[in-house]
Amino acid sequence: MTVVAGEQKIVRPHVSSRAFAEVMFRFRELGIVLALVLVVGATTIDNHLFLSATNVQQVLSAASIIALLAIGETIVIITRNVDLSIGSVLGISAYATGQLYVHHPHVPLGLVFLLALGIGVGCGIVNGLIVTVARVPSLVVTLGTLYIIRGIDGAWAGGNQVNASMLPDSFNKIGYGTIAGVPYLGIIAIVAVAIATYAMRSFRTARDFYAIGSDPDAARVAGIPVGSRVFLAFVLSGAIAGVAGAVWLSYYGSVDAIAGDGYEFQVIAAVVVGGVAIFGGSGSVLGAALGALLLGTINSALVVVNVSSFWSQALAGGLLVGAIAFDRLIAVRVAPALRTRRRARV
Amino acid sequence: MSDLGFQPHDEPPATEAPGRSGIGLFVRWEVLLLVLLGGTIAYGAAVSPYFLNSTNLFYISLNVGEVAIIALALTLIVVTGEIDLSVASILGLSGVFMAELFTHGWPIWPAMIMAVVLGAFLGAINGFLVTRMGLPSLAVTIGTLTLYRGIAQGILPTDTIGGFPTGLASIGVVPIPHTHIPYSIAFFLALAVVFGIVLHATPLGRAIFAIGAGQEAAFFAGIRVKRIKFWLFVLSGTLSGFAGVLWTLRFASARYDAGVGMELLVVTMVLLGGISIFGGRGTIAGVIVAVAILGSLQTALTADLIPAQDQNIVVGVLLVASVIIPNGGELYRRARARLRSAEARRHAAAAKAEGQ
Amino acid sequence: MTTTHPEPLLSLEHAQKSFGAVHALEDGDIELFGGEVHGLVGENGAGKSTLVKILAGVHRPDGGRLVLNGEDAIFDNAKQSQAAGIAIIFQEPTLFPDLSVAENIFVGMQPLKHLRRIDGRRMRREAAAVFEQLGVRLDPDRLARGLSIADQQLVEIAKALTTNARVIVMDEPTAALAGTEVDRLFGIVESLRSRGNAVLFVSHRLEEIFEISQRVTVMRDGRHVLTKPIDELTIQSVIRAMVGRDMDALFPKVTTEPGPVVLEVNRLTREGVFTDVSFNVRSGEIVALAGLVGAGRTEVARAIFGIDRWDAGAVEISGRRLPPGSPTAAMRAGIGLVPEDRRQQGLVMDFSIERNIALASLDNIRRAGLIPRGAERSFAKDWALRLQLKYGKLTNPVWTLSGGNQQKAVLAKWLARKPTLLIVDEPTRGIDVGTKAEVHRLLSELATQGVAVLMISSELPEVLGMADRIVVLFEGRVMREFPRAEATEDALMHAATGMVEEAA
Repeated sequence: MTVVAGEQKIVRPHVSSRAFAEVMFRFRELGIVLALVLVVGATTIDNHLFLSATNVQQVLSAASIIALLAIGETIVIITRNVDLSIGSVLGISAYATGQLYVHHPHVPLGLVFLLALGIGVGCGIVNGLIVTVARVPSLVVTLGTLYIIRGIDGAWAGGNQVNASMLPDSFNKIGYGTIAGVPYLGIIAIVAVAIATYAMRSFRTARDFYAIGSDPDAARVAGIPVGSRVFLAFVLSGAIAGVAGAVWLSYYGSVDAIAGDGYEFQVIAAVVVGGVAIFGGSGSVLGAALGALLLGTINSALVVVNVSSFWSQALAGGLLVGAIAFDRLIAVRVAPALRTRRRARV
Repeated sequence: MSDLGFQPHDEPPATEAPGRSGIGLFVRWEVLLLVLLGGTIAYGAAVSPYFLNSTNLFYISLNVGEVAIIALALTLIVVTGEIDLSVASILGLSGVFMAELFTHGWPIWPAMIMAVVLGAFLGAINGFLVTRMGLPSLAVTIGTLTLYRGIAQGILPTDTIGGFPTGLASIGVVPIPHTHIPYSIAFFLALAVVFGIVLHATPLGRAIFAIGAGQEAAFFAGIRVKRIKFWLFVLSGTLSGFAGVLWTLRFASARYDAGVGMELLVVTMVLLGGISIFGGRGTIAGVIVAVAILGSLQTALTADLIPAQDQNIVVGVLLVASVIIPNGGELYRRARARLRSAEARRHAAAAKAEGQ
Repeated sequence: MTTTHPEPLLSLEHAQKSFGAVHALEDGDIELFGGEVHGLVGENGAGKSTLVKILAGVHRPDGGRLVLNGEDAIFDNAKQSQAAGIAIIFQEPTLFPDLSVAENIFVGMQPLKHLRRIDGRRMRREAAAVFEQLGVRLDPDRLARGLSIADQQLVEIAKALTTNARVIVMDEPTAALAGTEVDRLFGIVESLRSRGNAVLFVSHRLEEIFEISQRVTVMRDGRHVLTKPIDELTIQSVIRAMVGRDMDALFPKVTTEPGPVVLEVNRLTREGVFTDVSFNVRSGEIVALAGLVGAGRTEVARAIFGIDRWDAGAVEISGRRLPPGSPTAAMRAGIGLVPEDRRQQGLVMDFSIERNIALASLDNIRRAGLIPRGAERSFAKDWALRLQLKYGKLTNPVWTLSGGNQQKAVLAKWLARKPTLLIVDEPTRGIDVGTKAEVHRLLSELATQGVAVLMISSELPEVLGMADRIVVLFEGRVMREFPRAEATEDALMHAATGMVEEAA
């Protein structure tokens, strides 16, 4: 080691820790894929019907909705915030979509999605404004709007329900249709995740999200408009939840006042399991989407191996707690290595 | 930023302002709360002529008993600058646990005690993850909120368990003999007195405030920050478990979804009670008044035939308002500062233009 | 040296800056020419840092003139300073740990391609090209997390190059660097200079200044003392210019007969922070821990008090071993710590004056488990009076006090516990001259009463004026120990910069 030239000697000690960090970074997405393969493999051995076309389509469709929501939540969490209101936004948007069809059965599809988007954007603006202008922690704000939006939804819907029979087939088809065996929903989610993944890498604004979550004060010093970026993150999250509401309705076919209840926890679990740091600053949309797929697959596997699906919530919670604890343990393991490196200099 | 040793510290007044900030400059928060309470009662009395009669007051307090007990524990946690969102799930899981033990042949009293012990254990898990592993309490308790509720659902998915000894079960719904006070609220009041004394008049309470107001300075003054936080989470779990027992007795049955969404109400009580979400500020008295406000508000809204779902809108608005309003002064100052600096810039630009 | 630039790139004339009553900078002058490395030296508190922060746009000067390329300039914020072509490399840069090296270089100004997309390839290529220019190997794609401070500085320097900064200010860049890293940095500084940039190099290490600069400016007490070409100076003459002042009567030192050993630190080591530190403090004695910032003084004090754990070695108080990592145990053993950062560590700023004073003594005040308000108040009042604290009401938040009185409140908090060992870390930082003298008198008085005092100070006059013995740390190790009689500013300065051999 001592024979190498001065320059190299300085670079050398970092290689191992760098490789380690890289592995941990890649490891997450690979790890999820691995876990997916394991779950699918084990379950299929137990019951070969698990890999039947219908079941795969079902798992994919259900996970797609969570994956969509996970895109928005990922952006918000990357900025060191949290959006608990997405389940409620999805619910009210789904109900509004249903009502739109009830009253105007021939409304064009584009307009329907525009309405869903608009509702989501509206909710996102409210969240974003309160968080950034009033400087209130996003946890409290979105816990409040979670119930406020749900309450408005409930007041509007009352005990009413919109059924698939009241919806045009062109709309319902989004939920059940397939291309070459792949459900439309899966395609929608894959396209959305691909676009989001690309955008999160390719635009200054998106990189600002990471910088803000990584170190908000340094971001301010570097001249990044922190407030308006965080605001944008909430608007995006709301917008996605709004659109996801219409998608949700097309898949489930009927909507009442409790649509999407509790989705926020599943989504946060998926996002964190997918490797998005709860402290902000790092993580990928792709990881979060894979997390959603893993969660959905395990839920379905539970049913197939005859464990009650009622355990699925416990599973989501357990994975969420496990994932943040796991991330922390790795960080703690890395810290002494960094400290010893500093000593080497002294 | 580097600091080269002796260097006079720039002391910007803005960071010194929290004590002065908000409307607290003009009115004490508790006074506002009393006004709000008066308004709520007036509203209730206007909606229903029976609002202020003793039976109704009994039901108001009965409805709010469990939440109120949990709110006390959460108050201490929020004062240290942390949060516990898993309380309602602990309530649910403890109730289910107690009922399961009972149906498996345990006598009721040991089953109740074990439910409380379970609550303490669940709280200890939160405390361990927050203090020993250094995880943010928000993320931890969102996780355990889902986890604990999920376990309750896994154990007792669809049915309810009832059939508790009627004598015991009735303490959930009858007042203490010769009074109109439910057992739960009597317990709450007793506990509130104890908590009030501990928080406001003992070294431990002072330490809790110091942790919230300046964690590092508290640690440098020999306060055992981690230990105190850990035990507060255990306390929160214990009282949530106890509230689960009370809840189960009140409804004479256990369900996995007992108290779903109650964390909203508890957090609202604490923050409306004037406890700062950033820690270090607030009083037990404020929380007691907030409990009274929310209790009577719910009953009044129900009397006004507003469904429970819609009442959440009101609660949610109260929650958001109670964190925005204390920031009001700060907001005003920031807006003014921004205007001023814009003006200064204009002047500077004008001067420069003149100079050239 | 070729002075081909008659016009300086940057000149700061008669800059002034005060913080409240404290004049941090009274007459700051600096002239930087293209193609020169300009050394800036001075003791702690001489105003170097304030001057750098004015150039960085962090502080706005109260008076004076900043001329850039022949035009008047005023900076309101860091952004404007950057835009004007000034780049500051701080001792510990703040990078975004989760972003890649290349992104850290280009944050907010990434090269774009069609549709305003970030041109990642170009960004990496340009980053790599800059590192090539600097002659260093650093992968533009790796995350900034875990980069050594030396490499973090490289990223900042690369950023300066990509923004075409003409003036590069390096604020104690070598304070945390090892030998080879310093050599590499010097190579880069030299290449920056040869390209026509002006480099302002702030350092405590005089041998470095002499190795790299063409001209040197010395500051003292917020004023410009001299600016000369390096070949007209020697290390001795620079040190003389830096400290050359009369010892004032600020230090009412009373000689005491030291008693038994109170604190015994034996081979204390915290990995990567300090190594093999041994010394003792006797009752009635003031021992100073001296050394440069980052030499490990504060860290040793924190470990003794139990804030941080130590990895090896032992701490004994009056012969009894302390457990590591427990402030409670340290307090029970009779230690008090007046920390370096008053606002974060010394005081709970939102708490009232009386509550802060009583915070560490509640166990003594309480009756039947409760804190009697009256007892707490009279307790606090008693100590406030003894220390001549100037306050409005004891119930006012402690932030209403001036810096000096805040420090007195911290002292009161610990003196109220009647400590056997009092550790004071930068006891007079940021407080006015009058209060400073009071604090010194107080420390002296404590020593005569038999308290053992361990003092950390960056001010050499304070160290020389107050201490019975001086332990000098350099890079986490004890460099030398001086009895009061043998300590001179020159000797201390040499030891603190690791030049103990040459000193004789």
